[in-house]
Amino acid sequence: MESLKFVRKPKRPLPQNNRITDQRTLDAKEINPNAEQPSQAATRLIVSSSPHFLNTESVPKIMHNVVTALLPATAASVYFFGWRALLLIIVCVVACLATEYAFQKIRKQPIKIHDGSAIITGMLLAMTLPAGFPIFGAILGSVFAIGVGKQLFGGLGYNIFNPALLGRAFLMATYPVLTTTWVWPRTMEKAIDAVTAATPLVMAKFEGKFDVPIMDMFIGNTAGSLGETSAIAIILGGLYLRYKGYINWKLPLGYLGTIAVFSAIFWYVNPAKYPSPLFHLFAGGAMLGAWFMVTDMVTSPVTSLGQWIFVIVAGILAVVIRLFGGLPEGVMYSILFMNAFVPLLNKHTRPKVFGEVKAQKG
Amino acid sequence: MANSLGYEFKKGLWQELPPFRLVLGLCPTLAVTNSAVNGLAMGLATIFVLFTSNILISLVRKTISAQVRIPAYVVIIATLVTVADLFLAAVFPDISKSLGPYIPLIVVNCIILGRAEAFAQKNSILPTAADTLGIGIGFIISLTIMGTIREVLGFGSIFGVKLLGEWFEPWIVMILPAGAFLVFGGLVALVNWISSRKAEKAASAAMSR
Repeated sequence: MESLKFVRKPKRPLPQNNRITDQRTLDAKEINPNAEQPSQAATRLIVSSSPHFLNTESVPKIMHNVVTALLPATAASVYFFGWRALLLIIVCVVACLATEYAFQKIRKQPIKIHDGSAIITGMLLAMTLPAGFPIFGAILGSVFAIGVGKQLFGGLGYNIFNPALLGRAFLMATYPVLTTTWVWPRTMEKAIDAVTAATPLVMAKFEGKFDVPIMDMFIGNTAGSLGETSAIAIILGGLYLRYKGYINWKLPLGYLGTIAVFSAIFWYVNPAKYPSPLFHLFAGGAMLGAWFMVTDMVTSPVTSLGQWIFVIVAGILAVVIRLFGGLPEGVMYSILFMNAFVPLLNKHTRPKVFGEVKAQKG
Repeated sequence: MANSLGYEFKKGLWQELPPFRLVLGLCPTLAVTNSAVNGLAMGLATIFVLFTSNILISLVRKTISAQVRIPAYVVIIATLVTVADLFLAAVFPDISKSLGPYIPLIVVNCIILGRAEAFAQKNSILPTAADTLGIGIGFIISLTIMGTIREVLGFGSIFGVKLLGEWFEPWIVMILPAGAFLVFGGLVALVNWISSRKAEKAASAAMSR
């Protein structure tokens, strides 16, 4: 029993006077002034912090369910854009797994590529790319997404930004032309005579036309990124995740609701100039972002109030960028922008601990 | 001063490498290094101002009273920056144009005022010369490396010479400000990694002795 002799000491001695310098020390005293010294209590009873319930969920199980949820969108992308879409998805997934493996190997960490989080990053990244995107670009984006977006921050759970969106943002800045060179889905008749296509958002932004049938956008029969065009396939996957209990309804519905309400205001004022809320919901990356990126467990706030602020500001930003920004699509930047605020939101929206007394000034 | 001239010179090349170790002079480091030529030219202009101004400051260090030293230094530095600016505009108009406002902005480069405050005002001419040359050359090398990496990835060329063939799709991000931060972060990490390896080796050598 040699190891028990080593008792961890506090790094610096606690202040002896009664002035409040450490909030956490104060909390513990306020809640239970007669608390025993931990060294005495620990011998009889193991006291651990909450949560106390047991759960059979694990990271690989959650991740593999998310992969399952992405399958409808994958199938839709193959249906609309052909085998090239599947190739892009496979390339991204393999490149993400390889990058994760290489980084963990170099940093001499346990290899954890089987947990499936890199697969999701790869799939989501591929879903945001146009079908004609070159293979080397997809590999580059995957390496950046996992390498810089995730592993440099310390791996799964430590990343500030959604890795897939960061990879997409990097590709957007690196290859601005290639990331916006769209192709028509093969289900459309235009496929024969047009080389490059315009997405509904591009048409709305630069040509002032938003007459694409809402039904086509709902099903996915428009030009756009692989997995973003088909709203119905994404919603199916999202509902599966909700059914499994992995996502909080506030996040996707709050985001989509904000987009709908905020865009409805402009549409109501001038329907000739601004597209309808339904257009905004089914165009571009709004659906994919709402169901799979806003809901990212690592990069979204944990408190209820924090989540509301997160989705409402992100939703307003997305519409503002779409309507008044230089880019046709604002979903990616709106989510990345709010990702940066998550630590701040978590800190300032922390609910009161039961019995907590407000710290006195001075 | 106790340290040898060689030490004063050498410390600027690694130990106190301005942008990566001291994290000073970041404005030119990030703003003008979108090509190797720009990085090199910026480094040369800076070392000229750094060297001459600090020699002058070292010369007059005993005549200027402590209360007004900063304005006096700024006047000296600004004079020399004007010289460098006009020289570049007359002899290398292309480079002068591409560096734009960043040549006049050498005035506020914190390396120069920092060396004046930390070193030149306390030391005689010879150590000052060794110190500023070391720091200046370290700065030139850093900026040229930054510029080279960004130019190779952003244009596929080095010093304007095409290096990578048609197959290479330039990374536009590398010549944008975001690329500057990415390359800078990567290089700081590399420098830290090398020096931590060095420290580990030194520690294990000391242990085995």
